[in-house]
Amino acid sequence: MTYSGFRVIKEALTGHRGWRAAWRTPTPKSEYDIVIIGGGGHGLATAHYLAKEFGQHRIAVIEKGWIGGGNVGRNTTIIRSNYLLDGNEPFYEMSLKLWEGLEQDLNYNAMVSQRGILNLIHSDAQRDAFTRRGNAMILNGADADMLSTAQIQKRYPFLNVNNARFPIKGGLAQHRGGTVRHDAVAWGYARAADRRGVDIIQNCEVMGFRIENGTCLGVETSRGFIGAKKVASCVAGSSGRLMAKAGMRLPIETHVLQAFVSEGLKPVLPGVITFGAGHFYCSQSDKGGLVFGGDIDGYNSYAQRGNLPVVEDVCEGGMAIFPMLGRVRLLRMWGGVMDMSMDGSPIIDRTHIDGLYFNGGWCYGGFKATPASGYAYAHLLATDRPHKTATAYRFDRFEKGRMIDEKGMGNQPNLH
Amino acid sequence: MIINHPLLGPRDASEFTYLGAAAMIHRPDWQADDALAQFTAYGYLRDNPAGVHRELWFHEGGDRSWLVVTRDTTTHAITDVQLARDVARAEGRST
Repeated sequence: MTYSGFRVIKEALTGHRGWRAAWRTPTPKSEYDIVIIGGGGHGLATAHYLAKEFGQHRIAVIEKGWIGGGNVGRNTTIIRSNYLLDGNEPFYEMSLKLWEGLEQDLNYNAMVSQRGILNLIHSDAQRDAFTRRGNAMILNGADADMLSTAQIQKRYPFLNVNNARFPIKGGLAQHRGGTVRHDAVAWGYARAADRRGVDIIQNCEVMGFRIENGTCLGVETSRGFIGAKKVASCVAGSSGRLMAKAGMRLPIETHVLQAFVSEGLKPVLPGVITFGAGHFYCSQSDKGGLVFGGDIDGYNSYAQRGNLPVVEDVCEGGMAIFPMLGRVRLLRMWGGVMDMSMDGSPIIDRTHIDGLYFNGGWCYGGFKATPASGYAYAHLLATDRPHKTATAYRFDRFEKGRMIDEKGMGNQPNLH
Repeated sequence: MIINHPLLGPRDASEFTYLGAAAMIHRPDWQADDALAQFTAYGYLRDNPAGVHRELWFHEGGDRSWLVVTRDTTTHAITDVQLARDVARAEGRST
């Protein structure tokens, strides 16, 4: 069933009796060409692009819980392509271009809203750094715009530009950035993949891999063995736990990141704003809540909940630039677990085991990458060659000294 | 989280900074034939367990000692805290 305005009107006039489930609930077959482990945004996007762009059939996505129940349902919904390094920026710009065409591609309203993202500048040195970043973005076909304090004040009159310690000296804006309704991304990709014959199998946990003579033959699941010519891990947050079943140690630590949403307010914040002197970012959801977050807690955790010192730190960052936040009540806070890689950048690569592929290490930046991650992973799975924008996301970059370290922090995952 | 410091008693985790797995106490031998592979693993690969994890914490806002904390990464429950110095000695890393 194709969704359209006409369809909505017709269903409204006929009592909404014609809507059907957006995807099937198939029984797992004994074998597939490609089995994707993880029914999150990246896994479902991979399945969609495999079926649509790379002509693959006999694909399954297997998910331990329900689709979209992991980090694609827990993030702060921001999309952007404001990266500096050559290994990253073309990839994230491809992602932003895919976001721009996503709803037509999927025939699904993902509420892609290019309301703009603004990175605030608080010192002359930071202006130099952000000018360089903006130039790198423009060189890679993205948009970047340096705003003056006066321009920022006109658009965001509530910002405290005269903070004694962190005055706002300007900002780097990417007007094509914005937010997307995160759950709808998972549902839209799931529906589009299902319509092309992908089996989405929920409540099916991978218990282990069947590996013989260095070749992966399939996965042992809670619903029996499922054979596959290619097995694709796509479970960022739990990558370490899953790949340990294949005997692999990864350049990844799992950390918890907290996020927050306030009570619903009238429209006050038209775009996404990030604080340049601490770590705080904020946008306003279409329901009115201010959605914000900051640093990871900084220690290994699979707990999906964090501790209070980071809550305090995030809120202090918010108060420094948005004094109006002090009157706002917090509605909810939650945690999600992140694959924090050793250089802060992801991995999309084959493993040393034939037929076993890996996508992970997204740190806390995986949501914006969803379309490009799916596309690049589908390219790798279909052709056994990396996509041209993802050639740097290799396992061996640590051994070879080719890290993609945007912040220059070194191999310390909690600093990325 | 509260870390029960062996010398100072219970201290809030915000006084500490976190380094990572306590396996880093065991720095490889730079003269070994496979030193490159060993140092790649030492620098970049982690066990990253969901469950009991031994890890290094630095009491930056306190007595500046290094601790080996045994903590469950699924619950944050801490079951053991020792001075890293004592652990390193017991494991033959220093005298």
